[in-house]
Amino acid sequence: MIDKIFGSVIEAVADVHDGATVMIGGFGTAGMPSELIDALVAQGARDLTIVNNNAGNGETGVAALLKARRVRKIICSFPRQVDSYVFDALYRAGEIELELVPQGNLAERIRAAGAGIGAFFTPTAYGTLLAEAKETREICGRNYVLEYPIPADFALIKADRGDRWGNLVYRKTARNFGPVMATAAKCTIAQVSEIVPLGVLDPEAIVTPGIFVRRVVEVGRGSAAARKVAEA
Amino acid sequence: MGSANRYTRAQMAARVARDIPEGAYVNLGIGLPTTVANYLPSDREIILQSENGLLGMGPAPDKEHEDPELINAGKQPVTLLTGGAYFHHADSFAMMRGGHLDFCVLGAFQVSVRGDLANWHTGAPDAIPAVGGAMDLAIGAKNVYVMMEHLTKAGESKIVRECTYPVTGLQCVSRIFTDLAVIDVLPGGLRVVEIVDGLPFDELQRLTGVPLAAPAPSRGR
Repeated sequence: MIDKIFGSVIEAVADVHDGATVMIGGFGTAGMPSELIDALVAQGARDLTIVNNNAGNGETGVAALLKARRVRKIICSFPRQVDSYVFDALYRAGEIELELVPQGNLAERIRAAGAGIGAFFTPTAYGTLLAEAKETREICGRNYVLEYPIPADFALIKADRGDRWGNLVYRKTARNFGPVMATAAKCTIAQVSEIVPLGVLDPEAIVTPGIFVRRVVEVGRGSAAARKVAEA
Repeated sequence: MGSANRYTRAQMAARVARDIPEGAYVNLGIGLPTTVANYLPSDREIILQSENGLLGMGPAPDKEHEDPELINAGKQPVTLLTGGAYFHHADSFAMMRGGHLDFCVLGAFQVSVRGDLANWHTGAPDAIPAVGGAMDLAIGAKNVYVMMEHLTKAGESKIVRECTYPVTGLQCVSRIFTDLAVIDVLPGGLRVVEIVDGLPFDELQRLTGVPLAAPAPSRGR
């Protein structure tokens, strides 16, 4: 019997190794798998490369991981936010490497990794600082930049409901990077608000089929933010 | 009206809204462009896209109905209109890059006479760069509208021969809405569509510095 359900977030991230590339879902705090990140902080893996749209808010979630000095490099599109002071300080001190990627190229590079694409030409960023030294090509009169996939060792994502086969559905704009990241990591770990029996999720509406997911862990709707979500 | 011979920010937003037709799919950038939503005519069905996975974005909810998992690109709480949809990031940017989005409205530091856009980075050595979806929108939307003040605080034109700030995209801007004028970027150069009441064309030309073609006479008001 297939059972991808893990009993705790601690067990779910226990084998994340030093030097791993870890994708973390979320756009700001929407869709950020905070409980898995907290477990990763507690677990202690260091020298990580993090792939996320942002570079943390306040001192929780991705920012907590940065603050604990576990991150060597971050690949993201929008690090600078009003409350990204943990990243800002590390960056200014030269203590974290930043690879800045336009948001659509970030999503597509992750998608490419999950879809077995070797590289792709994209019009985004052509002629800009972010395409400097990259290979370009004119195709049918339009200029493109060659971009490579971003694969990962682990993806930590947040979904609303999941089952023991790893099928997932998301909630509103918390979906964001979750479904693409799920395809691009060797080991995708999903925290869900609720685990449901096999067959409960409508097959027509499953967003991430279980083949892309290795581990599912239920975190409930315990946090204040999550309760607010449940009541909304 | 605003202060002498200038559109207010509200008037600029209303002016942009007037140029968005029934049935359009539109992405409004963070900041001033977001306010265009407040002026879209209620008799037109216009669908707003948000880069974080939302089509059919509605206005901000009451405080008590805010949902941290229903936000816009600026990470502010929003609502979903009846008929709206959620989707993941790769699909969201396929809508832009794939040419499915009819309009985007963006802020800018500078626009060049060829329609090059600079809006993501000042290039200052101590600035932390952040790009988000700006480069994808700039080259993806069928029509790229820019909203900005015509002049810098120092009085220099933000419409320039060559961008001195790092560019976001090349030859991508179609129309510029400033506090002084509405200007089209055409293959042959810049053509003024409208000027704020009371500002002579010659004065606009003097302030702008780069060559402008005068508005067609029939458009006078």
